[in-house]
Amino acid sequence: MNTVYVLWIREIKKYFRSKSRIIGALGQPILFLIAFGYGFQSIFKRAGGGNYIEFLAPGIILMSVLFTGVFSGINLIWDREFGFLKETMAAPVSRFSIILGKTLGGATVALIQGIIVFLLTLIIGFKITNYWLLPIAFIFVFLVSLLFTSLGTTIASMLEDMQGFQLIINFLVMPIFFLSGALFPLTGLPKALKIVARIDPLTYGIDGLRHALIAVHNFSYMVDFLVLFILSIIILSVGTYVFERIQV
Amino acid sequence: MDKEENIIKVSNLTKNFKDFVAVNDISFEVKRGEIFAFLGPNGAGKSTTIKIITTLATPTSGKIEINGHDPLKNKDQTRKSFGIVFQDPSLDDDLTAYENMALHASLYGLPKNIAKSRIQELLEFVELWERRNSFVKTFSGGMKRRLEIARGLLHHPKILFLDEPTIGLDPQTRNHVWSYVKDINEKENMTVFLTTHYMDEAERVADRIAIMDHGKIIATGSSDVLKKKTNTTSLEDAFLALTGKDIREEEASSKDLLRAHRNRFGRR
Repeated sequence: MNTVYVLWIREIKKYFRSKSRIIGALGQPILFLIAFGYGFQSIFKRAGGGNYIEFLAPGIILMSVLFTGVFSGINLIWDREFGFLKETMAAPVSRFSIILGKTLGGATVALIQGIIVFLLTLIIGFKITNYWLLPIAFIFVFLVSLLFTSLGTTIASMLEDMQGFQLIINFLVMPIFFLSGALFPLTGLPKALKIVARIDPLTYGIDGLRHALIAVHNFSYMVDFLVLFILSIIILSVGTYVFERIQV
Repeated sequence: MDKEENIIKVSNLTKNFKDFVAVNDISFEVKRGEIFAFLGPNGAGKSTTIKIITTLATPTSGKIEINGHDPLKNKDQTRKSFGIVFQDPSLDDDLTAYENMALHASLYGLPKNIAKSRIQELLEFVELWERRNSFVKTFSGGMKRRLEIARGLLHHPKILFLDEPTIGLDPQTRNHVWSYVKDINEKENMTVFLTTHYMDEAERVADRIAIMDHGKIIATGSSDVLKKKTNTTSLEDAFLALTGKDIREEEASSKDLLRAHRNRFGRR
């Protein structure tokens, strides 16, 4: 347990020390929020969708969580071959505690990043309907952080080098973002897209967060929660299984 | 020979990667308190052997005993028995020298007060105490190596593994590193297991040398014995006489690609 704690705190320390990483990771969500938010605002309203910035904000918050989570998970590749993690793997600690500490640390970083983006959306003009539901929103942001950091560490455990990295970004992370309900409502979609969106786990995170923040949703809290939670456990278990068998 | 005297015992160790035999049925012993060097051309199987002995990889077959423990069955006991300095730096650049040491101490379960005094003692030993609060990324290659050696010694291991610890260092720093190693070996009777490409270093520090090629140990003995055996005057000539003069073509492994990638883009 001590191992999990020291590896967790290490990730957080490193995050707060790299100002460029924090600021760099905020650029994209702000750009999306302003360009899409204001760009589609009037069309969305005319189509009867209401306030687009309010609809978009939860999606953008989770976009930054998605990217931060996957990247900090994938960092494991570097760490394993050249970094500190190699040291850890020769230490008298279990592999499970290593991957758990690393994943929880990365998830916490993604969560903090999500909270910062959330605060920024408030400045830009995002109004949430019920402040009492913020703890629920918090839970969903954390679950999404955990899910995608686990996904990152699991992928990193399977990859030998960074060759496949671009492939993962283009064929996994980008589709997860664009095919979720982050940018558009799920109602009235072509059938194929609807099915894809329902397979996409981010859809459930966005649905839960939107439910809590602006009271718009397609599924119940329970469905959203269970999908994210169970999937996190499954992915983390797969990651642990693979990681335990890695030979450096 | 008394059983207790051999701290590392390896018999009939083999490691296959698909159709390639990296380590081919090798056996050797290292005595307690000895400085033992592994020499060999690139791809000879030195690093693979170290990885297997240090629990980071599993052998295809063979028996190993480290300080009385089996690295396959008794991982944690084995791990507590040794300290290791890897070929690639394994420090956390974004943490300070002190924080790197403290992390190691908590991973090895050292009590706080013991960790504190030992960290100071070791950082003073490698002359980095003044720089304890500097980030490791501001350190030179030599300083990083010294810090890694200090870290490897923190849990008072019985064996210190050094996998090409002086690669890329200037002669002054190399000299420095070896004098620390010699010093600790004499004072604490610590066993040192090293690999290097620099023959002069092996000749200077090692009590016994094993020369490895194509996954086999082809000769073992002190540098004098090896020279006599090959009828040569320097260890370098003895090495060439034993391993031949062909340059080994190693295919770029995924790790080399990763290393190139890192050099191009920097870390993170």
